[in-house]
Amino acid sequence: MNASKQPSKIAFVIGASSVGTLIEWYDFYIFGMLATILSKQFFPADAGTAALLSTLAIFAAGFIVRPFGALVFGRLGDLIGRKHTFLLTLVIMGGSTFAIGLVPGYASIGWLAPILVLILRLLQGLALGGEYGGAATYVAEHAPAGQRGFWTSWIQTTATLGLFLALGVIILIRSSQGVDQFSAEWGGWRYPFWISILLVGVSVLIRMRMSESPMFSKLKSEGKTSTNPLKESFGQKANFKMVLLALFGAVMGQGVVWYTGQFYAQSFIETVCKIEFIQSRNIMLIAILMATPCFVLFGWLSDKIGRKWIMLTGMLLAVLTYRPIYKEFINITAASKRVQILDNRLTNSQSAFPLIDGKDKTKLYLKTQADTFYLDGSVFRYHITDTMILKAPMDGSRPMTLINPDMIQYQSPKPNVVVEKTLGSAAFWDMVWLVFIQIVYVTMVYGPIAAFLVEMFPTKIRYTSMSLPYHIGNGVFGGLVPFLGTLIVEFTKTSDHPAGDVLAGLWYPIGVATVCLVIGAVYLTNKIDKNVMD
Amino acid sequence: MNTLKKLLGYVWMVLSPAIILFLLYEAFVKIGAATEAAKANTILQWVIILLIFLPISIGFFIFGKYASQNEYEQLP
Repeated sequence: MNASKQPSKIAFVIGASSVGTLIEWYDFYIFGMLATILSKQFFPADAGTAALLSTLAIFAAGFIVRPFGALVFGRLGDLIGRKHTFLLTLVIMGGSTFAIGLVPGYASIGWLAPILVLILRLLQGLALGGEYGGAATYVAEHAPAGQRGFWTSWIQTTATLGLFLALGVIILIRSSQGVDQFSAEWGGWRYPFWISILLVGVSVLIRMRMSESPMFSKLKSEGKTSTNPLKESFGQKANFKMVLLALFGAVMGQGVVWYTGQFYAQSFIETVCKIEFIQSRNIMLIAILMATPCFVLFGWLSDKIGRKWIMLTGMLLAVLTYRPIYKEFINITAASKRVQILDNRLTNSQSAFPLIDGKDKTKLYLKTQADTFYLDGSVFRYHITDTMILKAPMDGSRPMTLINPDMIQYQSPKPNVVVEKTLGSAAFWDMVWLVFIQIVYVTMVYGPIAAFLVEMFPTKIRYTSMSLPYHIGNGVFGGLVPFLGTLIVEFTKTSDHPAGDVLAGLWYPIGVATVCLVIGAVYLTNKIDKNVMD
Repeated sequence: MNTLKKLLGYVWMVLSPAIILFLLYEAFVKIGAATEAAKANTILQWVIILLIFLPISIGFFIFGKYASQNEYEQLP
């Protein structure tokens, strides 16, 4: 059946595929975004081996299980069909996400909690590994010739919109609850997991109404489907060399640009620039919303001028501008770059009562909070903690207010200072634009890539062949951006310069994108394959 | 262009083992520098990274080999 003759059918195909894929991305991201709370609930640091399970959950789900899921479900998709395979991945993803929200914390059931969460997280990674290739293949095999880039670009919006949805849901719930209520064992952090079952339920109902890909159906009716997709994909030189080219000449660079623009940027804004929790997420949300239409724009453009140079231009711009952009992040948020309001009526400094340490009764913390106001409307809140060691433990009978200097054996000479910045309007929008620019790069490298990958491989092994490089490029090369970025910053720390070079972490995405750019420019062709029924 | 493709193929073949050696070196340094409490976790992280990058580096070497053999001269 030719979808080009039925615009409503292709619209349904895109809608049904995209909604399911978006929900899978949402499910995958909420775990990462709530990682701090999840680690407290399921993987307490003082529980020793629980930290190992946490590492496995974070690392293994992205780096091992995602590519493995690509092989398992890619093979299945090439053997039994696209529709049933990505219906299965959706059910596994939705079920495991919902179940994570039901697992009692470590405090209630001990070891069982981290083990259950680890298993469910691995299932999420497995399902994600199988989803994308199926959805992209399915849409591409319905799309009319000459419009493949445009139609598959809708699938490409889902990863970013999934991130948007996850950010939005978490901010909404967190804003309606206090921090304590949100972080409690059965608190608001569980709601995003529970919401997933509703989203998945609706999506499954929609997907069940879908028919099989016309190209796969034709192959099946002619008895020409692959009997061993893994062997044909990776055991035959003619196809394997294209898998390698796809990975090293396109997806590897795309993966690091994607993760830098959307995850590294958020982490940098929050941990290096110290922007307040809600405002840092608002910056990301607005930038994502503004840039998302560019996925479709570049997908459409790739049908006109080819995929190669759009993707490589995105990589080139990223390589050239990442360091200036991140340097500007630091400038915009620096206290030294703004004028302080020296008006005592606006000074808000609050000292709290001393707090005694939970375990060591001789240790006291004196917490102070001070706000600094600036002319541009920014407010920097400083949380200052002084630590004191008493000569004798506090017995509880003496009021904390009666502590006098004679009782103090030691006071830390330098208090611990944590700053939380809320930017004024102009600085806020400067940050939004800088993130927006990075997400435009993401749309350039990611918008055309589904059509590009689909056109590289034959129908009978397409699902398997395109899924593996995609998930190695994104899951491994992209997923390692935060870890390796932090590691590189560590290399630059010295006793003279204890903070190190905070921009050094960008050398990893810049390096990978540069190698990919060279390989792509030299080895890839810009030809658009009009007929993918091969 | 075909000469460039072929010559770069040799570069990728050299780069591949260099990446693995670099990662192995970093793994030893980081594991050695980790505190006793964090050691097991650090080992696990690096084992996973090495397990993942080893086949990728082999793939990169094969890519370089194919390039040096002019396999990418004519693409479909």
